[in-house]
Amino acid sequence: MSSVSQNFMKFFRGSSGPETIPAQGSQKLTRRSSGLGELSRSWESAESLCVLDLGSTSPTNIRHFTEHGHRIYSEDLLTASTDPELLTKDEQGSAVLDSRKFLADNLVYPAAHFDFILCWNLPDYLDESLVKPVVGRLWSVLKPGGMLLAFFHTRDAGPDSPCHRFHIVGADTLEMQKIVLRREARRGPTGAVHTAISDGFQLQRVFNNRHIENLFRDFASIKFFLARDNVREVLVVR
Amino acid sequence: MSTPAAALAQIGKSVFVKGELSGSEDLYVDGQVEGSIALKGNSLTVGPNGQVKASVDAKGVVVQGKLEGNIQASDRVDLRKSAIVTGDISAQRISIEEGAFLKGKVDIHRIDTK
Repeated sequence: MSSVSQNFMKFFRGSSGPETIPAQGSQKLTRRSSGLGELSRSWESAESLCVLDLGSTSPTNIRHFTEHGHRIYSEDLLTASTDPELLTKDEQGSAVLDSRKFLADNLVYPAAHFDFILCWNLPDYLDESLVKPVVGRLWSVLKPGGMLLAFFHTRDAGPDSPCHRFHIVGADTLEMQKIVLRREARRGPTGAVHTAISDGFQLQRVFNNRHIENLFRDFASIKFFLARDNVREVLVVR
Repeated sequence: MSTPAAALAQIGKSVFVKGELSGSEDLYVDGQVEGSIALKGNSLTVGPNGQVKASVDAKGVVVQGKLEGNIQASDRVDLRKSAIVTGDISAQRISIEEGAFLKGKVDIHRIDTK
């Protein structure tokens, strides 16, 4: 698994600090999601829900919820975690991300604000130092009885599993799109404009069931759905 | 002599404005604006070089550059693929191109016209 400093070197080579923005348009794959299906049954009969989508900005998801009269918040936490100002050192001198600064700038919402949170594959790809603090914050901003959906790779998925973004295209159907990060175009020393394409986010760890239960121990209930594509879908209720 | 076409108010790439902007015509911002922008009944376009740190109140808003602030639109908001928006959006309609970045809330309020 990649270290924090390796990830940052990959994104931020060069004298200036370009912004890292997920590029559009790689091939889309469709997958059925039992977790999404269960969530859909909950929200289809409800009105004026408040939903938090923690993936890359998805016009499809925004349209899906606003067309049904719900409010949707979009916050791309994976991209936010690549902010170079988060980089710091722990007591042992190892490079880590500053979770306090991260939570001061992100997931800033009133307590018990959301009915549903769509985590997608965030915990699998988020830096180790941010995972537990982020889950703790998500617990606090979720309403009692609110639900959170997250996806976890199984060990069979392999360490090079690509990071995808997810678009809701049906009650239990998602479109998956591989994330390819692209740095903004920068001028090189000769004045020519360069645009580098770097690899997407890397799988940071593989959670087993016990790890997942421990991660969400403050939630009231947890349900697992095992899918054929080596993904474990987890639905938790606050 | 023919009457010249109505000119679009523009803030060019090199211009920096800080304060409260208001008007009764469409505005194109390709420079930097900090403060607030009030164009009730008219449209704001943030060009690809535009960097706006302001609350926006307009009929329609098109964003191609950066906008940090809440958007209140009585009609439509368009985020183009190069848009980077941080703030809450309230509008009757919204269109977001693939590639646009949004950190904030989207709240659609439809007005019944009878």
